[in-house]
Amino acid sequence: MTFNISRRTALKTAAAAGALSVAGMPALAAPKHGGTYRLGLTGGNTSDTWDSRTHSDAYMINMGHGCVFECLTEVSAEGELVGELATSWEASADAKVWTFDLRKGVKFHNGKTFGADDVIASMNMHVEEDASSAAKPIVANVAEMKKLSDHQVQFILKNGSADFPYLVSDYHICIFPAGQIAEAIANGIGTGPYKVVSFEPGVRTLATKFEEHWDADNRGYFAEVEGIYIGDASTRLNALMTSQVDAINRVELKSVKLLKNFVNVDILDVTGNQHYTFPMLVGNAPFDNPDFRRALKWACNRQEMVDKILQGYGAVANDHPIGPANQYQASDLPQTEYDPDKAAFYMKKSGLGNVTIDLSVAEAAFTGAGDAGALYQNTAGPAGININIVQEPNDGYWSNVWLRKPWCACYWSGRATEDWMFSTAYESGVPWNDTGWENERFQSLLIEGRTELNTDRRREIYHDMQEICSDDGATIVPMYANFVDAKSNRVAHNGQTGNLWQLDNLRSCKRWWSA
Amino acid sequence: MSNLAMIIAKRLALGVLTLFMVSVIIFYAVNMLPGDFAQAILGQTATPETVQAIRDSLGLDRPVYLRYFDWLFAAMQGDFGISFSQVLFATYGGSAATVNYETVIEQLAPRFGNTLFLAGVSAAIAIPLSLMIGVLAALYRESIFDRVANVSTLMSISSPEFFVAYILILLLAVLNPVFTSLSNIHEGMSFADKLGKTMLPALTLTLVVTAHMMRMTRAAIINLLASPYIEMARLKGLSPFRIIIVHALPNALAPIINVIALNLAYLITGVVVVEVVFVYPGVGQLFVDSVKMRNIPVVQACCLVFAFAYIFLNLVADVTSILSNPRLRHPK
Repeated sequence: MTFNISRRTALKTAAAAGALSVAGMPALAAPKHGGTYRLGLTGGNTSDTWDSRTHSDAYMINMGHGCVFECLTEVSAEGELVGELATSWEASADAKVWTFDLRKGVKFHNGKTFGADDVIASMNMHVEEDASSAAKPIVANVAEMKKLSDHQVQFILKNGSADFPYLVSDYHICIFPAGQIAEAIANGIGTGPYKVVSFEPGVRTLATKFEEHWDADNRGYFAEVEGIYIGDASTRLNALMTSQVDAINRVELKSVKLLKNFVNVDILDVTGNQHYTFPMLVGNAPFDNPDFRRALKWACNRQEMVDKILQGYGAVANDHPIGPANQYQASDLPQTEYDPDKAAFYMKKSGLGNVTIDLSVAEAAFTGAGDAGALYQNTAGPAGININIVQEPNDGYWSNVWLRKPWCACYWSGRATEDWMFSTAYESGVPWNDTGWENERFQSLLIEGRTELNTDRRREIYHDMQEICSDDGATIVPMYANFVDAKSNRVAHNGQTGNLWQLDNLRSCKRWWSA
Repeated sequence: MSNLAMIIAKRLALGVLTLFMVSVIIFYAVNMLPGDFAQAILGQTATPETVQAIRDSLGLDRPVYLRYFDWLFAAMQGDFGISFSQVLFATYGGSAATVNYETVIEQLAPRFGNTLFLAGVSAAIAIPLSLMIGVLAALYRESIFDRVANVSTLMSISSPEFFVAYILILLLAVLNPVFTSLSNIHEGMSFADKLGKTMLPALTLTLVVTAHMMRMTRAAIINLLASPYIEMARLKGLSPFRIIIVHALPNALAPIINVIALNLAYLITGVVVVEVVFVYPGVGQLFVDSVKMRNIPVVQACCLVFAFAYIFLNLVADVTSILSNPRLRHPK
């Protein structure tokens, strides 16, 4: 019992002191091998497969890159980029040629030895012209891949990319065995610390420890991992409280308070890059008017949204998509707050007079989107902006509303790097630029930042980009939504959990152990 | 008896026609829903190119009627195709030919087995229970027992299933850990384990279906109690229990069997909510997922299974009510 209390205190200290204190953390109980780890996860589908190109929700991201497969690099719980199947990497001065040294002595679950060919074949899965990969835009920049030796690969990029090593940590880009990809997809054959025993899509996955893993002593401590898809939030909670599972993701925010009274359960509550947005299509009047956009920004009561929509499990955001899990978040930018006078001032400046605009919302965008819209409607009124809430169906929201309706609700899970995030949704002309917003200086900074390897200069560049975005951009970003997960005290971790994704970046199978 | 064979043959022919109509309607209905499989599976991450790539590989751009006839032609030969999600990586996986992908039938079969198991367990509890309560309620009608039975079964049928489920979880899993709140049964579990894990959803369904069957039993029997032949039996001095079991119940069987069949069909086709709450891997969850994903081959197969369950159970109900009624068995 005393052990539990001290561990809990240690956790609290870590949370309070923030990410920087990791080095000074007291040593916790040493990891233990063995035991079964049962996870209750959302996002399972009967259409799930081991094809990492199609992974898009918590369940398969966890069972894929967080359990059975490995990527070239990974973002550690501390937020640093470290090698997974790569040991080191090096860029040419223009960040166009990247050379990766690969780990030796790595085996796939079917006994095949891992080498450069596997990396090239796995990357090709996304680069191929007809590949239906969600990671296609990420690797489209690769012009050529060269095998320098069995354990060295060179990527030659079309345009320089200082973040390239970050990009290959993406959960879509798992490494498959070359020449056996179809088989590997059918049976789930990777190099990860667990190998698949049984897989029922959308129901259950059972994996056991892969004894020949290259780092079997230091990752993948459990003897067995069982992933159970539990879609219903109350069922997930019940399963955790009645010891049917050891960890769950996405705790319902209104239940967190109750769960806190439960002594055997630890809440994992981290602010990451996940943010909720209201993108405006600037091709439609009046959203083409920057002063009108500014008026909307000042007319939004962010704190109220965090308190009421997120029940406090979040943080106010500043109309740019860079969050606390990014390296260069510009936290010194002046925070836009609710100020009806300023909003009215910008309305006047915009010369539009009294306007009525439609805001399309659906729960598909984010939980509470409808309520967030109602709050917005309420606070914008005094500034002379009439918001008309249009309730859209959840079905087909992403194909019929997002990118189509002039103003809607949306969410982004964020990206590990600034360039990745901006290039995905803010660069001129990219398919997911959900506002159509373009800004010359922003665009030139974006290009400059890509090839810049100097850290200080990059910090400046991304600072300025966030400032431009915040001031002129066409997306209202009112809040960061925390990742709120929970685990039983039957499992333990080293006191630090990642904030890039839910549940320790969905890598808890590799990092945690039985207490 | 040839008359009965005639009826069965007619019903089967109509059943096939119904299945055909169901398949047409479902196929078109799914196609009329906004979005298609390509957009659904890519979600927010869809780009026009990736959507097009998936559409091309699945032939989703072809006219609906052509796709329907392709499906129908294969289905008539017993080939219900491969789930879209399986085809998706078969096309891009490289050496696809060497891998055997799960067909829709293979995907559906274990889940349908689970659904039948749950329906079976629920029916095994619910049918004897509701018959018993029904008979007793008829026997002691207007008594306290009758009223309590009526009110409590009506209450359980009027509460939403998920509510009944949560209450049972609270009582029997959280406060008194008799059963487990997760019913994630899987292959390789012993029968006893499966039964234990299935108990809570089965009890939930029992509470949901009991009222209907119990009240029909009660009503059918009470209805008969006014008949002259029952009065005769009473005048002979038979005990009320014997009158109901031996004289009234056999004549009340037809409507009771009909209600039981209807409820059995419901247990097979209508238990999605219960499956979700208890994480029970039945057909319902697969069906909902497939509609969400616009995964037409799976939706079609599920619908046919559901429609077949209804048609078959109704047929069984009709045949047994004919068999139980000598007047229908030997028409003049």
